[in-house]
Amino acid sequence: MTPEQIEIQLVACAVAAACALPGAFLILRKMAMMSDAISHAILPGIVVAFFLVGELHSPWLIVGAAIAGLATVVLVESISATRLVKEDAAIGLVFPVLFSVGVLLIARYAGDIHLDTDAVLTGELAFAPFDRLTVGGVDLGPKALVTMLAIGVANLVFILSFYKELKLATFDAGLAASLGFMPAALHYILMGLVSVTAVGAFDAVGSILVVALMIGPPACAYLLTDRMALMMVLSVGFGLLAAISGYWVAHWLDASIAGCMATVVGVVFLIVVALAPDRGLVSILRRQTRQRWAFAEKMLTIHLRQHEGLPEESRENRSAHLQEHLRWQADFAVDVVQRAVEDGFVVERGGFLFLTDAGRALASEAVVDA
Amino acid sequence: MNAVDVRDLTVAYHEKPVLWDIDLEVPHGVLMAVVGPNGAGKTTLIKAILGLIKPAAGEVLVDGEPYHRQRDRVAYVPQRGSVDWDFPTNVLDVVTMGLYGRLGWIRRPKQEHRALALEALRKVDMESFAKRQISQLSGGQQQRVFLARALVQDADVYFMDEPFQGVDAVTERSIIELLRALRSAGKTVVVVHHDLQTVPEYFDQVLLLNVRRIASGPVDEVFTEENLRTTYGGRIGFMSLVRERSRAATPEAER
Amino acid sequence: MIELLLTDYTIRTVALGAAILGCVSGALGTFAVLREQSLLGDAVSHAALPGIVIAYFVTGSKMSIVLMAGAGLFGALATGLVLSVTAQTRIKFDTALGIALSVFFGLGLVLLTFLQKRPDANQAGLETFLFGQAAALVVSDVVTMAIVGGLALLLVGVFWKEFKIASFDREFGRSLGLRMRIIEALLMFLFVVAIVIGLEAVGVVLMSALLIGPAAAARQWTDRLSLMFGIAALIGALSGVLGAVVSATASSLPTGPIIVLCAGVFVLVSLIGAPHRGLAWRWIRDWRNGRVLRMESVLLDLFALASQHERPDYPHEAAVLDLMANPIAGSTKSLKALEDRGLVTRVGESQWSLTQAGVARVRAILEGMSAGRRGDN
Repeated sequence: MTPEQIEIQLVACAVAAACALPGAFLILRKMAMMSDAISHAILPGIVVAFFLVGELHSPWLIVGAAIAGLATVVLVESISATRLVKEDAAIGLVFPVLFSVGVLLIARYAGDIHLDTDAVLTGELAFAPFDRLTVGGVDLGPKALVTMLAIGVANLVFILSFYKELKLATFDAGLAASLGFMPAALHYILMGLVSVTAVGAFDAVGSILVVALMIGPPACAYLLTDRMALMMVLSVGFGLLAAISGYWVAHWLDASIAGCMATVVGVVFLIVVALAPDRGLVSILRRQTRQRWAFAEKMLTIHLRQHEGLPEESRENRSAHLQEHLRWQADFAVDVVQRAVEDGFVVERGGFLFLTDAGRALASEAVVDA
Repeated sequence: MNAVDVRDLTVAYHEKPVLWDIDLEVPHGVLMAVVGPNGAGKTTLIKAILGLIKPAAGEVLVDGEPYHRQRDRVAYVPQRGSVDWDFPTNVLDVVTMGLYGRLGWIRRPKQEHRALALEALRKVDMESFAKRQISQLSGGQQQRVFLARALVQDADVYFMDEPFQGVDAVTERSIIELLRALRSAGKTVVVVHHDLQTVPEYFDQVLLLNVRRIASGPVDEVFTEENLRTTYGGRIGFMSLVRERSRAATPEAER
Repeated sequence: MIELLLTDYTIRTVALGAAILGCVSGALGTFAVLREQSLLGDAVSHAALPGIVIAYFVTGSKMSIVLMAGAGLFGALATGLVLSVTAQTRIKFDTALGIALSVFFGLGLVLLTFLQKRPDANQAGLETFLFGQAAALVVSDVVTMAIVGGLALLLVGVFWKEFKIASFDREFGRSLGLRMRIIEALLMFLFVVAIVIGLEAVGVVLMSALLIGPAAAARQWTDRLSLMFGIAALIGALSGVLGAVVSATASSLPTGPIIVLCAGVFVLVSLIGAPHRGLAWRWIRDWRNGRVLRMESVLLDLFALASQHERPDYPHEAAVLDLMANPIAGSTKSLKALEDRGLVTRVGESQWSLTQAGVARVRAILEGMSAGRRGDN
């Protein structure tokens, strides 16, 4: 690996980790699409700040972006507060309009500067090592790396210091407010961090890939755990995985690094959706099948129990009769009886079904916990 | 023959049974209340009967025939909160929706259908609101619009999910008048109901439900304190009921 | 500008094309907004990018209909994935949308880099899908879009009643025996078609505004679905035409953002100015109600004070009324307004008393209050 390759991967990792942290809260607060809105809407903030300071690498651009991001949040919230437009429509309206303003400002007044609208959307990680930060003649590394590390640390410090409050405000904003934790303030600080993270990452991976890195890794983590702390750690882990393998896929295909990272996020997400223990599709499917049989066996025992020792027993417990009484398909009924016999809940004698003690126990237990 | 026969109806959400082995007979021309605590599966029962939820087992007969062949004879009044009342449409239009099933695919409602809808609105005293935007209605008026939408279906069996929820006293009285009028016309009405106090006054029959059927039948026989305690109080309802039933069914001599 | 529209052949074509695109997406957006699926359009339009690139790869053709087919296929794929992941797992709708739009877009970028490496690369024009390029529309494109869009709108007309009930109360529709799943799938399909048609004008990034904007604006002007649908189509078409013409006349301004800004202005004007629902109406109504309430309360205060004495027109100091009134508004303005209406009269320097008419009005208010209280029960 060349030093450039290592540096590109480091930048990618810093971006992914910095994005995953606030992203986890976004998806828990059901505000995932806000990351999409913010990452687009910061463009006019950057442009206006650029016009004001006249320099493309000024930290004021980040401030401008953060303000534009917060403005997006406030604008969306106040439009949906009128109740004339629903919240999802408000999001879908505000960010294209703000983004359009940004694009038009660039096209009209800044056509010759390096603020290419395509790059805004797609980013170019491969150039990151060439833009270096030197302080007093000492090379501190690629500027993007330093910026993203700083943003990542800021995110981490905020989340660690206010972890308990954030958790409560996410889970129950009303309770948080009544305990004096100011969920609204936390909300806006979090949105500010999302904006700052988006603008930092924006340079490296482009606005749409910011969304992939903010939402994808936490969504994978969300399928794997119920514990919030573990979810944060896993989110960062998935982010790093996507960053590094995305880089190598891009290297191998000789294609856009950011695009490959997003694609890897998608592939990883699909794998997790399919295979996650407990919450993945495969295990849901298997559980459903298992439950269907277990449930059917229980129903059978209860049915038999209900009529046990009663005059109609000879009618109700004929195995040929089950499909009529439990409204089951014939094959299904046969399968259920076979399974129940195998499991020792039921014995079959001369076309009649009788409960065993285990079967009787299952029936009473099923009924009590139902 | 009964208006509605529910046999061995079981609905499960994953492994958790929401309704367990429900048998229910609703005779013709009665007003039946479905009561039970929150989470007892009252709404689920109605939705399962109407085929809106797929049951794990069981069947539903209307007039002795499978429900799906009798769909035209059944009308449904969902909970008022289940729709967006800011939807851009007016009262007459919502009521006309009750005729969409009869119209079938693609055919548009015509003048005659609107006349039917107006007629139904008259029955709930909402005729003058026909052109009113639905967001401008009070809770009671919304409920009456939903009732009119079911009336226009001209069904024989009506299933209503909490029609008295959040309506004022005047509306409640007029709704119960309406239900009685339906009964005198020979219709059958099954109502999910929350207010235990009014059950004996409003209804002929009652179903006490808590995941299982606790009891059902004429109000004066079934609506007893003991049954209510079983419905709302304990968890052991079913087995004790089974035991009771087997004891009752066993001839004295064998004991 | 209008002169150009009438005389310039190219601009006329472009404007016509943009009008069709705006019209179809605005109209179909109505259902998306009402069904709270506004952001699905954003995901679908981003997901269309790889479809467009692959369609070009496979066929080498840049004909609208070919690219539209590719876009539509991927848009539908993304919709299906989003809906099934949300239905089957604990992943929420918004999260699924965010992943779908960013991942598919990323895939599109990867494919684009391949395309750029092809020696025969004549891919100029594909990037226009990012921001749209209505100015590049030619007559054959416009004809294609008119046909596809016209068919989509025709289908909406045919299944109007079904779409309406699926959007308002799908459970009730199912209880009537209408096949809601088929209806919803058809509606979703038309939605994808509308997005795909619009992509060429505004591009994948800004498409959601062209879907949501016209519908959100139209909703404020009417309470009828059919009118909302029509007005949304009209606003969409107007935004398209305005955007196309401005972009064609002012050099170097991309079409998409201008169309989106036009739609945004329509929304803003509608939110504020639409009769009855608009914010301006709400403010005026609140202000009026507030003024009447303040006047009435001053009148009642005066009556309450006077009832301590033997006659109802017993005068009282304005300062006392000020103390009793709303602390911010005070009573001075209300007293002036009441005097203009002949309900109170000034006595001496700073004292006020009820007139005969004023007493009568107080009685009427009090009666109305108690009637209202009776009505509540």
